[in-house]
Amino acid sequence: MGQTITEKILSTHAGHDVKAGELTIVDVDSAMASDTTAPLALKAFKEMGGVKPWNPEKTIFVIDHAAPAPNERIANLHKQMREFAKRTHSILYDEGSGICHQIMVEEEHVKPGQLVIGADSHSVTYGALGAFSTGVGSTDLAAIMLTGKTWLKVPESIQIILNGKPNPGITAKDIILEIVGRIGLNGATYKSLEYSGTTLNTLSLGDRMTIANMAVEMGGKSGLFETTGLKLPYDFEPVLPDPDAEYSQSIIIDVSTIRPKIAKPHSPDNICDIDDVIGTKIDMAFIGTCTNGRLEDLQLASSIMKGKQLAPNVRMLITPASRNILNQAMADGTMNVLSEAGATFIPPGCGPCVGTHLGIPGNDDVILSTANRNFPGRMGNPNSNVFLASPAVVAASALTGVITDPKENK
Amino acid sequence: MVGNVHLYDIDNIDTDRIIPGKYTKTLDMSTFANHCLEDLDPDFKNKVQQGDILVGGWNFGCGSSREQAPIALKVSGISIVIARSFSRIFYRNAINIGLPILEIPEHNISNDSRLLIELESGKVVDGNTKYSSTPLPQIMIDILNAGGLVSYLKNHKTYSL
Ligand code: SF4
Repeated sequence: MGQTITEKILSTHAGHDVKAGELTIVDVDSAMASDTTAPLALKAFKEMGGVKPWNPEKTIFVIDHAAPAPNERIANLHKQMREFAKRTHSILYDEGSGICHQIMVEEEHVKPGQLVIGADSHSVTYGALGAFSTGVGSTDLAAIMLTGKTWLKVPESIQIILNGKPNPGITAKDIILEIVGRIGLNGATYKSLEYSGTTLNTLSLGDRMTIANMAVEMGGKSGLFETTGLKLPYDFEPVLPDPDAEYSQSIIIDVSTIRPKIAKPHSPDNICDIDDVIGTKIDMAFIGTCTNGRLEDLQLASSIMKGKQLAPNVRMLITPASRNILNQAMADGTMNVLSEAGATFIPPGCGPCVGTHLGIPGNDDVILSTANRNFPGRMGNPNSNVFLASPAVVAASALTGVITDPKENK
Repeated sequence: MVGNVHLYDIDNIDTDRIIPGKYTKTLDMSTFANHCLEDLDPDFKNKVQQGDILVGGWNFGCGSSREQAPIALKVSGISIVIARSFSRIFYRNAINIGLPILEIPEHNISNDSRLLIELESGKVVDGNTKYSSTPLPQIMIDILNAGGLVSYLKNHKTYSL
């Protein structure tokens, strides 16, 4: 019997063939923690008797969730991370470098076929590269820092076959919102999602990251792409499932039928076509996060907003996903266009996504965001209403002040 | 083990509702007790007592990987969490910090239930009704018996299945 991509990668990292349902101990290629999870991981690591991580060059810390520090308590947690990294020669990306998941991919800390664990649920993003990656809590991460290993149950996989070409104005975000709507918040719990199909030939690395990123919004352990059509700046072995691999379920999606999608408050699986909410008044537009803060997202927004102004009473926040992206957006004029339209730039990082600081909404505010989550209180105020959409929808709506189909806004 | 029940039979209670992200950036875990479940039930912190049992719906603890979520429940006094199902990261995190959890997909537990729980066998008795929870894999039983993953690894140095 053939193997899924998940079974292949877990087998090579277990040192023997494993099948879905088995418990196994695997070698980890890289481990990552952010400023939300690292301080607790460092404490657990010390309590376990750890001094130096098993492999400092593969132990990566990123200060992104509350950076630059909004208060002295968080500043001191950041300081602990810097001191630990310095003392142990682990790798640290300091404030302003960007969102951990963007950095892991940009700086090549994860490559096709690898197994990478992050102390952040959206570590599933690296599935874009055909890597098996998943999120754990701080103590599990500390255990990896100590042993270089973790244990896990080999998940069953759901095969998602994406066929066809998306219509103009339809983005990877609309595709993943369609999938989350079909599978639901709980539909892939303990499972891997494996993406294939003819659409892959048109999906960039960024598109794949947007789609892989939201596996966890379906409860998924990981969301992996086969590497068909993937272009990277280095050579790699293709990652493909066996033709006779066994899946728990197969879903075929014709992406040419997808309309712009919206997740309504207060759950990422509360999905509708844009047509159901067109005209809903918004107070704040947000483009950023590990789902949609990449250069192509900013460029898409700038192509819609060029020479125009935000609607009165709408504020717009933009967080580039990394410094590298910010620099490119400055160099090619994207940032000028967006800033001249009235958008506020926030340093690269998580920004308003997780409600820690910067851009907390007021009571009854309606936010249209490119993020992955809209649970109550997610952005720091449980009395606000967050809608999720693609960068094209957010940009078009920021100009009109109401939820707008980007097609109508040319 | 006997304890009062706090029933929130709501699906998809996520980690943002268990402990909002804005409170997680600290190593002073006792502060979580003031904010645990505040967006779901602002009165929870006044009602909960040491040893109480929290009962949730399907997909309890979905969302972020923050271990602060099970820690918040533990420092609030919750001694055990029962849910119809758990999100996988929450499940691991709870065991890793030594908070027992039991998955019971079908039950009629109410706020007035006085539950008798045998952790070893995973049996829960509610008056005349007996429930069996989904068994934990052996490695999780070992971690829980050690009191959590920190002490498990302090003793074992590495994992064994
Ligand atoms: S951008 Fe948002 S979802 Fe992504 S890692 Fe940061 S806080 Fe998490």
